[in-house]
Order: sequence, then structure tokens, then C-alpha cells
Amino acid sequence: MNATFEQLLIVVLAVNFLVIGAGKLRTAIHGVAIQGALVGALPLLMHDLPDDDLYKLVRTLVLSGGTIILKGIVVPACLIYAKREADIRHEARPTIGSIPSLFLATIGISLSVVLSRHLIVDDTQQKTLLVPASLATAFCGFLILTTRKMAINQVVGYLVLENGVYLFGMLLLDALPALVEIGALLDLFTGVFVMGIIIHQINREFASISTEYLTELKD
Amino acid sequence: MAILLIVLPLAMAALAVAIPWKRVRPWIVLAGGSAHLVVVALALGSVENVSALDGRLKLDPLGELFLVLISVIFFFCSLYAPGYLALRPGRPNRSLCACMLATLALMTLVTLAHDLGLMWVAMEAITLATALNIYFNHTHRALEATWKYLLICSVGIALALFGSFFLAYAAYYKSFTATLDFEELLRMAKWRELEAQWLQAAFVMLLAGYGTKMGLAPMHTWKPDAYGEAPGLVGALLACCVTSCAFLAILRFFAILSAAGQASFARELLLFLGLLSMAVGAVFLVRQRDFKRMLAYSSVEQMGILAFGLGVGGSLALVGVLLHLINNALTKAVLFLSAGNIHRAFESKNAAEVHGALRALPLSGGAFLAGFLAITGSPPFGPFLSEFTILRGAIAEHAFVAAAIFLILLAVVFVGMGATVLRVVQGEPASPALTGRYRDRLATAGPVVAMMALVLVLGVYIPPPLEQMLREAANYVEGL
Repeated sequence: MNATFEQLLIVVLAVNFLVIGAGKLRTAIHGVAIQGALVGALPLLMHDLPDDDLYKLVRTLVLSGGTIILKGIVVPACLIYAKREADIRHEARPTIGSIPSLFLATIGISLSVVLSRHLIVDDTQQKTLLVPASLATAFCGFLILTTRKMAINQVVGYLVLENGVYLFGMLLLDALPALVEIGALLDLFTGVFVMGIIIHQINREFASISTEYLTELKD
Repeated sequence: MAILLIVLPLAMAALAVAIPWKRVRPWIVLAGGSAHLVVVALALGSVENVSALDGRLKLDPLGELFLVLISVIFFFCSLYAPGYLALRPGRPNRSLCACMLATLALMTLVTLAHDLGLMWVAMEAITLATALNIYFNHTHRALEATWKYLLICSVGIALALFGSFFLAYAAYYKSFTATLDFEELLRMAKWRELEAQWLQAAFVMLLAGYGTKMGLAPMHTWKPDAYGEAPGLVGALLACCVTSCAFLAILRFFAILSAAGQASFARELLLFLGLLSMAVGAVFLVRQRDFKRMLAYSSVEQMGILAFGLGVGGSLALVGVLLHLINNALTKAVLFLSAGNIHRAFESKNAAEVHGALRALPLSGGAFLAGFLAITGSPPFGPFLSEFTILRGAIAEHAFVAAAIFLILLAVVFVGMGATVLRVVQGEPASPALTGRYRDRLATAGPVVAMMALVLVLGVYIPPPLEQMLREAANYVEGL
């Protein structure tokens, strides 16, 4: 782990605040794009790239490149497109407003730090911010997902949650077969694609992408 | 052979997408389902040869049981598909047929996957492949159900990935070799090479994640909406096969915890979630007017029974759980498909509007009634035997209070579900109500009656090969 790595992790954490506090949908989408690209770039900094093991080098480059392109460019571009189609600029009425959400996020991040200190007792692993950053980012994603009503914002929340999980996966970079990583990326892409189809339908049926209209089914 | 089992339905799915003839597609589903069943039967003859990707795909006794179950249920559903889709000429069926076959391929991958990361990839892909099927009817309600299903299950599955990573980290933490290979993790668990705290944290995450997919309370909220709005055919696949895959995942992680000497921690959680699911199912079954939503709550309750059985522990309850998995899947398929037929005939799924199903549709109405009796644990059907085995298991483990609550909840479910089912099947069909074009015919009622007969047979006779399969699967989970 080098210093740049830790600094980038702090940026990843800070982006959570940007996404949660964003009044405009565009800012939230840009935020998640930056976060996705950073998360994709981290494996490149994690270890010194092996120049003797060609397979490993190619693997790291391909997977990082794929993640940066997908999470940083393709998926956010889809969301921007959906936003334009639906002609929506702001989150309508979130269940919890921006300021209380930011406050909750701060509490979540602090709890993540405490929890990871409790779980990790080994000195060598203590030094990295990876575990607390991962838990905190996942928490922020969950927060966005549950408190926003715009379908696009819920997808943004899902992406932040997914970034949090991905950060944890970095601890296990060597253990996961490339097949699993490629599969996970493919699933993410298909997931956003399917969500896009459904958002398109919601917009067509209700002339809005607010999930406030989805309240017919209950007991 | 392992690759063939996965590629075959995938190729059929591609074919279903490619061909332009709408009427032919349901027959491709049937061809895919039948061919899969044949290959599974061949694979059972040489289990040791079913392996691929350096052992990442492998057929073990536990996977074998689930693979056979999924293949059989899918076969019956594919028998039903041509007759059902012929009744829905107005709806495009390309996505439905292709997604059904793709789901079969992915479920097969789940049963074979020994790399738990690969298993996760397949489970996530199943969520996506089934989501579009829930939207088949293209109504506002179906849209809402699909969105909820997508979001809730995506969050669940993200938690499951977190859990899988925690598990790999539990291995890394103590022995500096992170792995997600199932057998390697089992071996490490036996040698106490997994860090206990991370292992427990992993199980909590995995249970929440895969429990969401299985529909355990309180993560069950997608279920009534999805099952209520999806066609009966899709509901049957979700309730019988997809939830079973999620349960298989939980069983695999349970086996790892047991091997690590942490079984009591896992069992307490399972027992709690099991009883909670049964209670939630029971409460919402009472006065439930929508009979497809009723089936969803019944499914929540049944998943609760599986978790309960695993939670009480002991070999007897475990065999009961595995048997109940089979009985529940077959009976649920009967209920969903017959409910679908009744829905078509009366063009309503509200018990206040549907009466006299037994008279109007003797086969589907009869199967719906028999299915209700079976799923609530009435003799002589299969679920009676398996629920009784689980109960005996609970008593053998001295879990008397849990066993008493289990019995009380079963009684509430019987009364609650009975009120709705009897309202639907009894009485005279009001003539204007019976506006649908549907009448019982071999194509749509035949598979339902055949499965009901199987449920009855399993209640009185368990064939020795099945008994051996159950025993071997239970031993595998217990690490014997």
C-alpha cells in the first residue's frame, strides 16, 4: 500500500458526501462516475505491478481498464441519457433531506471505522483504510437507495453500494479467479441495463420517474 | 458433461431469441427442458465425470439433489408453457422463453459451482433474468412489482457478495491464503484455519443476502408483489427453483460454519429467521383475498420451515429439510400453475370474485384444493411426512418450545389459507364471472395433475434411489 493509494481512498470516501448532498441528479451521477473510475484505478496502485509475471500484469490492466470504462463512463452515460429522456433535474422529495442524510453518513463512516478496528487486530492490516472505506461506502449507498424516490437516484445508490463491496474485494485480489471478476462486472452492466429498461417503462407509464407512483401493491 | 448441462439451455435460449416465429418458441422451451432432464439423467450415471474448469464446477451429493429437483420442476413447467402461451396470443413471448431457458442454465451453474464467487455471479444473473419475466403482463402493477424485485434483490445479492468476501478474508486473516473454493474452505474450517469473528460476520451477511433471494422474513417484501403480478408459470419457477438455489447457497455456508465448530451460532440465527418467516407468513395469510399473493405468503412460511429445520439441528431434521425442499417445490408448482389456470378462466385473482373453481375447472380446481391440503401438511401428501420429520427432529434435539411454536403457526396457516382456498373452489361459478376463454385441457391441466400425483406418491413411498440421495446430501452437509 502506498501513500497515493490511501489518498485516493480518502477521495472515494469524500465522493460519498458529494453524492448524498447533491441537489441535482447530474451532480450525483457525476459523483458516482468519479467514484467508479477511482475504484477501478485502485488495483493499479495497490501492488507494484509485476513485470516478470505477464499474465498477472495483463489481468490487472484489463480488469482495471474494464472497470474504469464501465463504472466511470458507460454506466453513468446511460444514467445521464435516462435523465435527459425523463427531463428530470432534481430529486423530488427524499424521505430524508440532504443535511440529515449527510449527518447520518458521518455517523455511518465513524461506525465503520470503529467496527473495522474491532474486527482487525493485526498491525500490518490496520494501516490501510480499505476496510473502513469499504464498509462506509456500502453504508452510504444503502442510505441513498432507501431514502431517495427518483428511480435514477436509487440506481446511483445501488452503484455506490456496489463500489463499497468492490473496495473490499481488493483485499482478495489474488484469490478471486478472473472469471468471477469478469462475471461480476458483466452482472453489474446487465443489472443497470435491466434497471434502465424498467425506468424507461416507468417513465412511459407514469410520465415521471418518481417511484412515488409505485404504491398500488400492498396488504 | 458439466459444460453441456449449462450450454445446452443457453443455446436453446439463443435459439428462442433468434427465431421469428412466436408459436414455435414455447416448444423450444419444452425441447430445452426435456433435453436438460435427459442430460441430468445421464450425468447421474457417472457423477465423478461431471467436472469442469479445474474443479470449479463439480457435482457433489448436495448439488446433485438440487440439480435433479430443478430439472424435474423445469420440465413440468416447460410442458405447461406451450398450452399457457397459446392462451396469451396478444403478448410477445421472446423475452419470456429466452429468459426461462437462461434461468435454467444459471440455476444449473449454481448447483455445480464449487467456487462460491462463481455461484454468486450466477445467483445475481438469475435475479436479472427473472426480473423481465415478472413484467410479462406489462401492467402498472407488474411494473411496480418488477422494480421492487430488482432493487430489493440487488441489495440482497450485494450483501451476499460482501459476505462471500468476508468469508475469503476469514481464510486470509489466519492463513494468508484467501480462497472461495468450497472444498478448500471446508478443509480449512476443519483445521480451524478460518478466523471466527470474520466467519460469523460473513454468515450474517450471507444469510441476509441469500435469505432475501429465498424470501425469508423480514427480507420477503418483494415476494407477494412479484408472485402476485407474474404469470403463474414464472411464479412457479421463482417459488420452486430460484428460492431452492438460494437455499442451496445457505446450506453450503452452513456446512462451512458447522465444520468450523460454529454450527450453534448459525443455527440460532436460522431458527429465529425461520420462526419469524413462519409467523409473518401466517399473519398475512389470514384474510388474504388475492389468491396469488396468498401463495407468496405461503412460500414465505415454507422457506421459514426450511430455515427452522436447519436451525433445530440434528441429522433427522436435516433429512426432513431436504425432503421438504422437494415436497414444497412440487406442491408449490402445482399451486402456482393451477392458480394461473383459475386466474385465466375467471379473469380475476380476487377470492371475493372467484367461486366454484372446482365445478368450472374440475382438474385445476381439484389440484388447487389438493395442493392446499398438501402444503399445509395434511396426510397423506408428501409435505406431511417431511414436516413431521422436521418436528421429530426438533423434539429429538429437545427444542420443545420451538416445536410448540412451529405447530401453532402451522395451525394458523391451515385455517388462514383454508378460508381463501375454500372460497375459491367451492360454490357455483357465477356465470358472468366466467368470462375467460380458458377451460381445463390436457396441455395446461395435465402437468399440474401429474405433479400432484407425485406429491401424493412421495407421501406414502420414497423410492430407494431418492432416499439414498437424501441421505448422501445430508451426510455431505454434516461433513460425514
